Amino acid sequence: MSAFQGTADRDEPNHVRNDSGAPDRRAAAAHAAHELAAKRIIVGYGFWIFLLSDIIMFSAFFATYAVLVGNTAGGPSGRDLFNLRNVGIETACLLLSSFTCGLASIGARMRSGFWFHGAMTVTFVLGAAFLGIEIHEFADMVAAGAGPTRSAFLSAFFTLVGCHGLHVTAGLLWLLTMMAQVVAKGYRADILRRILCFGLFWHTLDIIWVALFTVVYLMGVGQ
Amino acid sequence: MSPAEPESNTYAEGAAPGDERADGQEAAEGVGNYLVGLGLATLLTIVSFFVARTTLVWEPSIPVALVVLAIAQMGVHLVFFIHITTGADNVNNVMALAFGVVIVLLVMVGSLWIMANMNHNMLPMDQLMRMHH
Repeated sequence: MSAFQGTADRDEPNHVRNDSGAPDRRAAAAHAAHELAAKRIIVGYGFWIFLLSDIIMFSAFFATYAVLVGNTAGGPSGRDLFNLRNVGIETACLLLSSFTCGLASIGARMRSGFWFHGAMTVTFVLGAAFLGIEIHEFADMVAAGAGPTRSAFLSAFFTLVGCHGLHVTAGLLWLLTMMAQVVAKGYRADILRRILCFGLFWHTLDIIWVALFTVVYLMGVGQ
Repeated sequence: MSPAEPESNTYAEGAAPGDERADGQEAAEGVGNYLVGLGLATLLTIVSFFVARTTLVWEPSIPVALVVLAIAQMGVHLVFFIHITTGADNVNNVMALAFGVVIVLLVMVGSLWIMANMNHNMLPMDQLMRMHH
């Protein structure tokens, strides 16, 4: 008992100790189960706070973009550059991948390899399709002389949208890592916590994309 | 802590963000939950794309409508995908989110307000250039 609790205490700096004499094994086991649940909540909460700080960083890029959107320096504006059909496909990819990411988290909870790996694979394909379209869009814009150095508007555009694209890239690498870790280590408690964090990350990227397609593309075309 | 006191653990009432309620929820129920979220988000996205290009509504109202639709869709994502609820087990998650929203609003509204004000008070660029000569 003491060995288990000892590890638990080391892992949980904020653990409220229950020094009630010498509890029996069953109480210790219940206590340990409690600890595991608590750890999942602490990890999820900590990652949630990280994601909120990431959103605050994005809000600074959004504010920069909104301030500079009119400063085209005689170059092309969003109305000349944006293709809403592509943006619609990108949006569909990311939204569907958010859905399949949810299915993957259910698959992990059920310990179902078919659902977890199947849904994660679909999520990866959709995320990669999103990224491919975005890279293609960027390459076309640079080739047409509308690269990030053309105007303040385009600098802000590439910073904001590119930062989201980098997050998606990191998310795809993380996704592959999680699939590999489940294969190598199984549905251990720590792996399940990482899957929880990955899911939060992926859903948050989709939330940022909602703000992005609204502020950058839809409003840009309307202006 | 005295031995007579019941075991108190402040985390017991919590839920991790992203976790659905763990009390034996069936997988089918979970999938249904995500399907509802997907349906609502798709609907709001389609309306957004339609509103952006429509000529049916008064034009100055379009950006406002787009912002409202985007905020609604973010709410759908938070509720159905990230499972933020108003329940007692989610108070910490909601408080952190509320703090984040306050900072985001301060950064966005503050920047736009100050920069619009400065642009308003600045001489037009051609006059400014003439002053330097």
